[in-house]
Amino acid sequence: MVTRGAGDGVTGGPEQVTPGAGDDVTTELELAREIAAAVPDPELPMVTLADLGILRRVTAEDGRVVVTITPTYSGCPALREMAYDLRYRLGRAGFADVIVRTELAPAWSSDQITPEGRAKLAAAGLAPPHPVEPNQGQRGPGRGPVPIPLTMALPQFVACPRCGSLDTVRTAAFGPTACTALFRCRTCLEPFEYVKDI
Amino acid sequence: MTDDDDFAAYQSLAEETEDHRWAFGTGFSDPLEGIDTSVPVGVDAAALAAYCLALGDDALIYSHRLQQWVTRLPELEEETALANIALDLLGQARMLLSRAGQAEGTGWDEDRLAFFRTEGEFRNVRLVEPADADFAELAGRLLIFSAWRLALFGELTGSADPVLAAIAGKAVKELAYHRDYAAQWVIRLGDGTALSHARMQAALAAIWPLLDELFRADAVAARLPGVAADPAGLRAEVDGVVDAVLGAATLDRPGGAPLASVGGQAGREGVHTEALGYVLAELQSVARAYPDATW
Repeated sequence: MVTRGAGDGVTGGPEQVTPGAGDDVTTELELAREIAAAVPDPELPMVTLADLGILRRVTAEDGRVVVTITPTYSGCPALREMAYDLRYRLGRAGFADVIVRTELAPAWSSDQITPEGRAKLAAAGLAPPHPVEPNQGQRGPGRGPVPIPLTMALPQFVACPRCGSLDTVRTAAFGPTACTALFRCRTCLEPFEYVKDI
Repeated sequence: MTDDDDFAAYQSLAEETEDHRWAFGTGFSDPLEGIDTSVPVGVDAAALAAYCLALGDDALIYSHRLQQWVTRLPELEEETALANIALDLLGQARMLLSRAGQAEGTGWDEDRLAFFRTEGEFRNVRLVEPADADFAELAGRLLIFSAWRLALFGELTGSADPVLAAIAGKAVKELAYHRDYAAQWVIRLGDGTALSHARMQAALAAIWPLLDELFRADAVAARLPGVAADPAGLRAEVDGVVDAVLGAATLDRPGGAPLASVGGQAGREGVHTEALGYVLAELQSVARAYPDATW
């Protein structure tokens, strides 16, 4: 477990390391990975960027840390904040020169949320997403024609994250963030958010 | 669960004191930052730029029209829905306009393209220009737009331009969700009361003249074999989806003549309806009055 200090600012505290120098590059990269993986999602802070599958990889290039992230939705307004937060937290640990890259392909899917991330979402009252059909909507060479079927019915049952009841109803197809929809449990009567399966 | 537990997750945000967290969208960086944006060998870069510009303009103008609905919708849930759909489309527009600026080599960024072009330089289809007369027209136009764009972007996931293919790969997931939302409203209104049925049918009649333009031959797409989709090839899929929805909604497919082009030119050639000027006046006025403003 990495100790990230108590907010000494970007100059770093006693735990400061010098990335890219010496013969301990692997360990430093591991440290950078741990810090990047622990950054909370700005919209759903109960999970980290790693939990959500937004963090693709952390690598080293010419002594610099390169963090690659992927947006959940095209218009996700939190992406810039994630990049800022990554630079800030890595900077505080001594990684002064950090590059944050965006990667679009392969597109993010809710299937990339880790089992740990799903458990954290459920514990915080957000129902985790159902699995997505493979290759949905993807066509072109090697993919085969798989047009997305039109859904005219309401979605399949979503279990209430609080009481586990399957007697729930979708109250809105879209929620307070791009990645959630709104449901209500008919058993315990609590409203809850469902992380949309895309 | 106690109240303390409910708020515990947010403590990780309070750790940092930077104000930027509480004002998302107050600053923008290049949406394609860090992506290899070189144009593949053999692809006509000018045509690729024009193609991405047109697809970006469709999303930009329609997003703005959807944003105009916010605060005017019948229920809070639809406010959230339309704001989310508009946000998805704005995100698609940002990436596509950025791609257009890079491919063309002018160095124009998304803002330059969105705010400092004149009406005749926009390349969106005319379907996205008019203000919806009522909620039925909103649902009908969104169904047509998202069914068409989903079919189009489904093709583009196999584009020879990897950047366009990647943008499409993200967009299809969003568009499928938009299409389902619109379809469910068209069915609910069409198969609802006599009044909602009549208004939904009237809305389709108002939109229908703008449908044919979506499948017109496109000179830019023709210059991009393997990169762009053939507009005419999308018709069968769109018709299939729309007919399925209209059937479930007990609505008739409207007749009526398509809106004429002007000397063979329509939206993709920069010939628009009167409505576009009003959209641009609102969209562009602040950026033009204060060109270097930040907030």
